[in-house]
Amino acid sequence: MSENGVTARRSKVLTIDTMNATVKKVEYAVRGPIVQRAVQIEKELKEGAKKPFTEVIKANIGDAHAMGQQPITFFRQVLALCSYPELLKDGNFPEDAKHRARRILQGCGGESIGAYSGSQGIECIRQDVARYIERRDGGVPCDPDNVFLSTGASDGIVTMLKLLVAGEGRSRTGIMISIPQYPLYSAALAELGAVQVNYYLDEEKCWGLDISELQRSLEAARQHCNPRALCIINPGNPTGQVQSRQCIEDVIRFAAKEDLFLMADEVYQDNVYADGCQFHSFKKVLFEMGPEYSNTVELASFHSTSKCYMGECGFRGGYMEVINLDPEVKEQLSKLVSVRLCPPVPGQALMGLVVNPPQPGEPSYTTFMKERTGVLSTLAEKAKLTEQILNTVPGIACNPVQGAMYSFPRITLPERAVKEAKEKGQAPDMLYCMKLLEETGICLVPGSGFGQRDGTYHFRMTILPPVDKLQILLSKLKEFHQRFTQQYS
Amino acid sequence: MSLLRDVSPRLWSIRSSEQVALAKRAAQITTELQQGVKKPYKNVIDVSWGDPHRGGLKPLTFVRQVVATCLYPSLLNSEALPVDVQQRAKSLLGQCDGGSVGSYTTTRGIPKIVQSVSEFISQRDGGVQSSPENIFITSGSQRSLMMVLKLFVQSEGFTQTGVLTPVPSYPYFNMALSALGGTMVPYHLCEEQGWKLKVEELRRALHVARGHCNPMALYVINPGNPTGHVQSRKSIEDVIRFAAEEKLFLLADEVYQDSVHDPSCEFVSYKKVLFEMGPPYSNSVELASLNSISKGYFGESGFRGGYVEFVNLDPTVVGYVYTWFSLDTCSAVLGQITLDIMAHPPEAGDPSYPTFSEEIRSIKDTLASNVHRVQDVLGDLPGISCQPIKGGMFAFPQLHLPPCVVQQAKEAGMKPDVLYSSLLLEETGLSVGAGCEHGQREGTHHIRLCIATPEDNMEDVLNRLSTFHLRFMSRLS
Repeated sequence: MSENGVTARRSKVLTIDTMNATVKKVEYAVRGPIVQRAVQIEKELKEGAKKPFTEVIKANIGDAHAMGQQPITFFRQVLALCSYPELLKDGNFPEDAKHRARRILQGCGGESIGAYSGSQGIECIRQDVARYIERRDGGVPCDPDNVFLSTGASDGIVTMLKLLVAGEGRSRTGIMISIPQYPLYSAALAELGAVQVNYYLDEEKCWGLDISELQRSLEAARQHCNPRALCIINPGNPTGQVQSRQCIEDVIRFAAKEDLFLMADEVYQDNVYADGCQFHSFKKVLFEMGPEYSNTVELASFHSTSKCYMGECGFRGGYMEVINLDPEVKEQLSKLVSVRLCPPVPGQALMGLVVNPPQPGEPSYTTFMKERTGVLSTLAEKAKLTEQILNTVPGIACNPVQGAMYSFPRITLPERAVKEAKEKGQAPDMLYCMKLLEETGICLVPGSGFGQRDGTYHFRMTILPPVDKLQILLSKLKEFHQRFTQQYS
Repeated sequence: MSLLRDVSPRLWSIRSSEQVALAKRAAQITTELQQGVKKPYKNVIDVSWGDPHRGGLKPLTFVRQVVATCLYPSLLNSEALPVDVQQRAKSLLGQCDGGSVGSYTTTRGIPKIVQSVSEFISQRDGGVQSSPENIFITSGSQRSLMMVLKLFVQSEGFTQTGVLTPVPSYPYFNMALSALGGTMVPYHLCEEQGWKLKVEELRRALHVARGHCNPMALYVINPGNPTGHVQSRKSIEDVIRFAAEEKLFLLADEVYQDSVHDPSCEFVSYKKVLFEMGPPYSNSVELASLNSISKGYFGESGFRGGYVEFVNLDPTVVGYVYTWFSLDTCSAVLGQITLDIMAHPPEAGDPSYPTFSEEIRSIKDTLASNVHRVQDVLGDLPGISCQPIKGGMFAFPQLHLPPCVVQQAKEAGMKPDVLYSSLLLEETGLSVGAGCEHGQREGTHHIRLCIATPEDNMEDVLNRLSTFHLRFMSRLS
């Protein structure tokens, strides 16, 4: 049938069949079906629906401000001054904030944070990042030219993966990632059509990393792909473990021996709570191992403004530092980042402040330190509380939350529950989490979204809600678990 | 020997930008000037970027006041800020989780802002319905383009996805397409007719392409970058009809929709025209329309904010599209806030309205004046000609370079317009974009200048350009 010479379109251009196959494979549990249901329930509550709870507690995403954590005053003051420079005349703003704002504005086109920046990021901020890295790592030099500001750490991670993924069939790039992992990695690997190579963290040993497991995983992978990189998240997400220095050295040695590119996701570097644990940057350890390693092992380290004590997720700020990259490859990297124009300038400015905070003697120092210490000590308290309470529940076993922002306890599910889930085509821990959401309003992410050993079930819960809410949450969870276990026995 | 040496061949194929080399040289010259090196000019003027703030235009006061207050809510009690600023900031903060712009938002964007955007679109399009369900707020139109392209671009052989792309075009689109492994199917805009888009040319390009790739989409930029042409309603209808006949997904890049300088021209959106054409077009042609806070009067390029509105997406792909967009977690919140103001600016009667509308008027006048001056000055120069600048943010004049210059460039291993731009930079400190970056007909040469700059700066730009050009042309005779 023709109308005006146009045949009625029988099908669309973009259909499930013509769609990019790799995009179809992408899943992102943190924003997945359970979160969508939570949002729906919130809507229903607003519309007056009666439920056994009055609010949805979103303990699914690592968003500190959403849970009531306050921003760092100094950072917000500087950013306000940068946004509206008229405020530089306002006596209510401290001098050190104004000084930093002026410096940032001078680094911006037309002295406006609304101008595009170069794609690698504003130069004076990259210099500040380099100095921070040097201070943090006890003097190990950092070249600002190896620093790339990014739109959150995710942008940097995906960019590096794009550089790494090549080949076909048996020579297709494999990327080693821990199980459990932060699902951005699995999603990015799916999107890029890379081979995901899993190495299991040891739940019995506090989610520790075993070199023999890395070896096993690598050898198995070499049968069907070309493993080229090893990703490690330290402190860990969702697991919260803080790797020991020895472990980091072992991983570096392994990467060197097996010719693997190291990707070190260190966005939680300030979130270390447990006694005896300390953050060691991969870069620092690499350089302390001497030139045999520090001149050869290729490394990309990632940081972000979304976590630590700042919790500024909405700014999409971050950076990566690349070490020992071939100059030609670095040129490709520069080309690749230029395609996305530039990271949000306010996020760049914020990153610049995170790495260059108030110093002793400066007017804002005392308040800054008070706020920073306050946030981190509260998180430490909540980490301990979470571990303690969860471990009082029969059927829930929680490893110490040494760092980061989450607990990832193991839950024992009755056989009947597992069976029902399988019949529904659902992961058993998804069934558990969905029921939890419907009955208590608590939104968690099932462990299946992060990866786990077959036959084990977990959930990821953030430690971010305020202490009193966290206590309520944990007690409701305890009740639910007992009820659930009884129901299905 | 680096592991990364075997970087995906697809990435090597992203054309290296000669503009980058020019930009590096411009930065170098600035440093030299700061170090006291003597040159025939005191500063570098950079009009190679499409960046109003870099060009010297000021941000809108209301935007920056609201943003500052959202960043530092103590300002809600400040007597120095107008009441409507505080009200807007309070309302926006109330929509952020935890009352903070540091929280993630939902994938699509803050729901009330998405709603505002849908109302803005509907109002702009004379009442054509717009639903928040079809809108995603993103970190800028470049991000929108990359996300949308990824949905259907495949990179293998006969099935390699082709996208009809205008020549000249916005170079970052071409780079993004390349990076994804797609291929550009160039269609030439007709320079002699004011950069008109001709359907016969679309047809020719498509016919050629079908032999070696799978053309799936048609990318249009209206108003044009770098050309400044504004499509007539009829032209848009013709394109839509063509897309329907040939089964192509329409990508309408409309980021310059607020920049129409010629009073006889009018921006009309692809969506509006599509709907007014009625069925079968209105319920079948797939369209993604893009807008941004980077251009127009706002110029907030560094905030990274924009949106994409989908029309007639197949229901089976909607869920996948949502999951795909959720990978970014969310777009930059300050960009979302700015978008809210763009969608819902101060109204008559609001305390900030006089300043706001005055600032808009001033930018409008500046651009109109710049357009006149550029056309006057270039019109008087021999060896350079410029099509009427109906809209957009650039002038894209053609350089009529004699064969000896072309030869000289060839011997230097440079494109002729890059050679011209390099000499222009060295001798006058004026940094412009080279036409080859955008694509142009074989044997033609152009430069691109951003006209979003204060009038006195525009004069300086035109002085430097004409001085250089006259000297350059006389050297050759």
